[in-house]
Amino acid sequence: MDRKVAAYICRGCSIGDALDIEALMEAASDEFEVDVIHDHEFLCGEEGCALITQDIQDGANALVIAACTPRFMTDTFTFDGCHTERVNLREQVVWSHEPNDEDTQMMAEDYLRMGIIKARKIDIPVPFEEEVDRTIMVVGGGITGITAALDAANIGHDVVLVEKETQLGGWMNRFARRIPHEPPYREPQPVDLSALIAEVEQNERITVHTEASIEGISGQPGQFDVKLKANGSSGEFRVGAIVQATGWKPYDANRLDHLGYSASPDVITNVEMEEMIATGQITRPSDGQPARKIAFIQCAGSRDEDHLPYCSAVCCRVSLKQALVVREMDPEADAYILYKDIRSPGQYEDFYVRAQEDSGIFFTKAEVTGVSVGGDGHPRVEAEDTLLGEKIELETDLVVLATGMVPNAADSESIRKLVDAEAVIAKGEEGAQLNKAKQTFEDLNHLTDTSLLNLDYRQGPDLPVFKYDFPDSHFICFPYESRRTGIYAAGCMRAPNDSQVSSEDGSGAALKAVQCVDLTSRGEAVHPRWGDMSYPDFALDRCTQCKRCTEECPFGTLNEDEKGTPLPNPTRCRRCGICLGACPERIISFSDYSVPIISAAIKAVEVPEEWDEKPRLLGLLCENDAYPALDTAGLKRIRHSAWIRFIPVRCLGSVNVVWISDALSKGFDGIIMIGCKSGDDYQCHFINGSELMETRSENIQEKLKQLALEEERVKLVQLSIDEFERLPEIINEFADEIEDIGMNPFKGL
Amino acid sequence: MSGNGGRGTILVIGGGISGITAAIEASEAGSDVIVVEKEAFVGGRVARMNKYFPKMCPPACGLEINLRRFRTNPRIRCLTLSEVEKITGTAGNYTAVIRRNPRFVNEKCTVCGECVDACPVERPNEFNLGVTNTRAVYLPYEMAWPSRFVIDGGVCPGTECGKCVEACPYGAIDLAMQAETMEVKVTAVIWATGWNPPDATQFEGYGFGEYPNVITNVMMERYASINGPTGGKIVRPSDGEGIGSIAFVQCAGSRDENYYEYCSGVCCLGSLKQARYVREQYPEAEIHIFYIDIRSPGRLEDFFTATEADEGLTLIKGKVAKITGDPAGGSLTIEAEDALTSQKITRTVDMVVLATGMIPVGIGDTEVESDIQIDRHGFLVGEQPVAGLFATGCARRPADVATSVRDATSVAMKALKFHVE
Repeated sequence: MDRKVAAYICRGCSIGDALDIEALMEAASDEFEVDVIHDHEFLCGEEGCALITQDIQDGANALVIAACTPRFMTDTFTFDGCHTERVNLREQVVWSHEPNDEDTQMMAEDYLRMGIIKARKIDIPVPFEEEVDRTIMVVGGGITGITAALDAANIGHDVVLVEKETQLGGWMNRFARRIPHEPPYREPQPVDLSALIAEVEQNERITVHTEASIEGISGQPGQFDVKLKANGSSGEFRVGAIVQATGWKPYDANRLDHLGYSASPDVITNVEMEEMIATGQITRPSDGQPARKIAFIQCAGSRDEDHLPYCSAVCCRVSLKQALVVREMDPEADAYILYKDIRSPGQYEDFYVRAQEDSGIFFTKAEVTGVSVGGDGHPRVEAEDTLLGEKIELETDLVVLATGMVPNAADSESIRKLVDAEAVIAKGEEGAQLNKAKQTFEDLNHLTDTSLLNLDYRQGPDLPVFKYDFPDSHFICFPYESRRTGIYAAGCMRAPNDSQVSSEDGSGAALKAVQCVDLTSRGEAVHPRWGDMSYPDFALDRCTQCKRCTEECPFGTLNEDEKGTPLPNPTRCRRCGICLGACPERIISFSDYSVPIISAAIKAVEVPEEWDEKPRLLGLLCENDAYPALDTAGLKRIRHSAWIRFIPVRCLGSVNVVWISDALSKGFDGIIMIGCKSGDDYQCHFINGSELMETRSENIQEKLKQLALEEERVKLVQLSIDEFERLPEIINEFADEIEDIGMNPFKGL
Repeated sequence: MSGNGGRGTILVIGGGISGITAAIEASEAGSDVIVVEKEAFVGGRVARMNKYFPKMCPPACGLEINLRRFRTNPRIRCLTLSEVEKITGTAGNYTAVIRRNPRFVNEKCTVCGECVDACPVERPNEFNLGVTNTRAVYLPYEMAWPSRFVIDGGVCPGTECGKCVEACPYGAIDLAMQAETMEVKVTAVIWATGWNPPDATQFEGYGFGEYPNVITNVMMERYASINGPTGGKIVRPSDGEGIGSIAFVQCAGSRDENYYEYCSGVCCLGSLKQARYVREQYPEAEIHIFYIDIRSPGRLEDFFTATEADEGLTLIKGKVAKITGDPAGGSLTIEAEDALTSQKITRTVDMVVLATGMIPVGIGDTEVESDIQIDRHGFLVGEQPVAGLFATGCARRPADVATSVRDATSVAMKALKFHVE
């Protein structure tokens, strides 16, 4: 279909008062030959929209709307079958610049040119649509996995539930009592999973595999091919998305020498205490006599830099429960809870109060210094009362160590390093690489066969872990987001918690999995570019196998063939464009976002040939945070230098360095890139996009040196979305700096 | 809104972070969603916060992404300035009566701001604690969505003034707009009505309302925010001066049989976060935190450990008994008592922040035909015994943002199943 570009300039919201609209229209029609051009007093009103609709009926299919920010009136200016390119004349031009000023006019003309060029070059994405399997695979048959399976099945999805043990239920099978999860939150509750397990087994949509392990998963969302070994035999099947609910294991109490675990059989863990409660008898393991004086040591190996630095969030309530159950089983028994802080948040405070009301449960805020075996052979707890500053010694029958939870997750990135090292060793070519590989092998050999999912992904066989081996998302606002599209972590392997929260977590992760297959079936992206139908195209004939794209994709989208050529998996893609930024050969493109499209926009700017007190700056702006911040500055009518021209990018990581050289050869005097915070507390929606740009910036600085250009000409800034007052200052300071440095010597060449 | 062959229609009551999340997550799985928000904008409590712990990142960052998903999803219909009056029916077939209060500004509004310049009436800006004013026609805050002005019907003289009507070039102002009621059919209902801070004047001995330099944690968020009443500068409310010392009083009215017996679960981390706000602005300030237990579960422990390492910060385990000072301003004296040692501790500081908890909104004034299970603290049970009714976020349990989002996603999943034939 022929492209017919129609451009519209809105005069509303002071645009018409601040700019020479006729001159703008002339620029658009003369130089850029748009097919149709109109101005309107109120483009987003009924009449304005009718004008656009009429042009579409007459064949217009690429629209340039020069009006307000694309973040405003989005629906109003979206028309089926047409690409809409928004030119932000309102927030970024007239609301933040001197009205009826030559520089403001030049800026508006440049933005209009950029918009028209983009509209000429952008193709409407054609979605990637292939047969999608809508089955959800749930890995792990504990309370989290059971809930995930049932919820997905209940809304119409087939489910494969994979459990490594002989039966479903996980830890909950071994526990007799649980924390109360509903009002009045006071008494320990019985545990009975049999009804839930029966519901799973009777559900026609759910296939259960026990004694199962995953031998391999290849493919991509909608098309994951799973090899499973279960009950001794192997099978293969296809699923659409995966919930990983592989649970937790108790922290190894053998590492807690100072707490006497190996010194006395009468020192047990909280998990062993659960099993003892289930037997109906609380006794000293050493002699089978009733245990009547029981000490619970909280944070045993938790909140401890030498062991688990984090808090497992449940151990306080577990000990409250165990103390109450012990007292119920034997009213003559006393429980001593030695704690750092009692953590019973929310309504669980009622449960804590219930335990405090019990005259046989004693709470002491204490730092336990050690557990030894007394003369009578029973454990003796030594502690310092942190409130009174006194030493305490407690003769006990039984010590329960409230140990924390360790996730059953695999360290994907380290396993990948190990596999790579093994490959180098197998090759056997002498040299520094081999020595390094041998060292890596030695360091990581213990991870052999620890993969749980065995994903056929270049970047490693499991979900990348975040901190303390939990594959948590690190996003406060998006707790289920993982770095592997279509695979969602849930339950205690994602974050330590109780059975209620784990069960809820299973529901949430199952919903993410369901969404993933739904969206994938329509060729649409999942969070954060929800609904985006574009996906990257690789001109592989020009690929030099540098592997930057396969390494840098935050989502492990790309596999490699033997030579290192990327093997795309479009449904794993989140459309951030980081691969596009990484590629030195510029072979990666989206139909609506590519190196040529942005280069053309850069080149569309009319750069005055002489310095002439009109320097030009290019701003590459992250569309997620920096762009809205600039809009907000405009809304507040805060001014910034009129020398700059902004181009929004999907992520700073999607910035290809060729854009920098394009800008410099075009005659721009300075380039500023503004993106999200990187580092441990990163705010980048694509995890490490802005961090990658930092690395690439170092290379840019090298190139600047080679060209004998000042390194200050290219600047990288990190900004939060709420720093809308700082942003104009940053721009103005940059303009001052460039003024001091002077003209780009390549200008006009 | 219906007939999409999708997964039913869910009514979400409340457009805070939990309601927004429930709506987005359910709609992205194929359900239609109607969100009813009583204020003029969505975002609720988080829109009023400065930063989230533990990343110290601005709420607007996640809201920007979520609101993009929210506003561009054709399955979501958001009714602001609206309240649910009545819910009848059964799972798969509920009817809700919704009252839509007038905004007096229609969808033609472009936020150009001409009306503001014309408006002669001022009103206290409740978004900023009433410290600053807006005109009667106002934008709730810079990044508010819907980005559309609203007129405070309580102070606007209406058609007898009409200056804004004349000033608006787009015919966006309709002073004759009336409240309307509408009826919708839905398959399930999710209460995401959130929480309110308690009235801190009730806490005896804490001097809130009496001493201007005693503020609450919710107020502190506004003071620290760039779009807050002081442009983000933390100062003593009495005289606008900087501070040399500050105290955070944990469990102010919480875990207390005289007021609210439950723990709100977030105030410890909230105060640790606010201690960081203070430190950023005042490198030398003395910071005291009076606490019963520090509750920082999971890897939030790292946030506690890192904040605790601040040498100018002292943690005092003790319940504050009394705060005294000068009603005209000036410094404050805190008396705390250690329950075990009965030792008295006193500290004199420039400013006190009361870490008050969350009071659940519950079902509010909505008349519900079915029995709703509410615990003794006012929180709604998440999965109600009556099928198809749910509560999420802080309507269900006191929770931080990450927990609320996780919970809202899970409840959205539960609500989806009620369309199944």
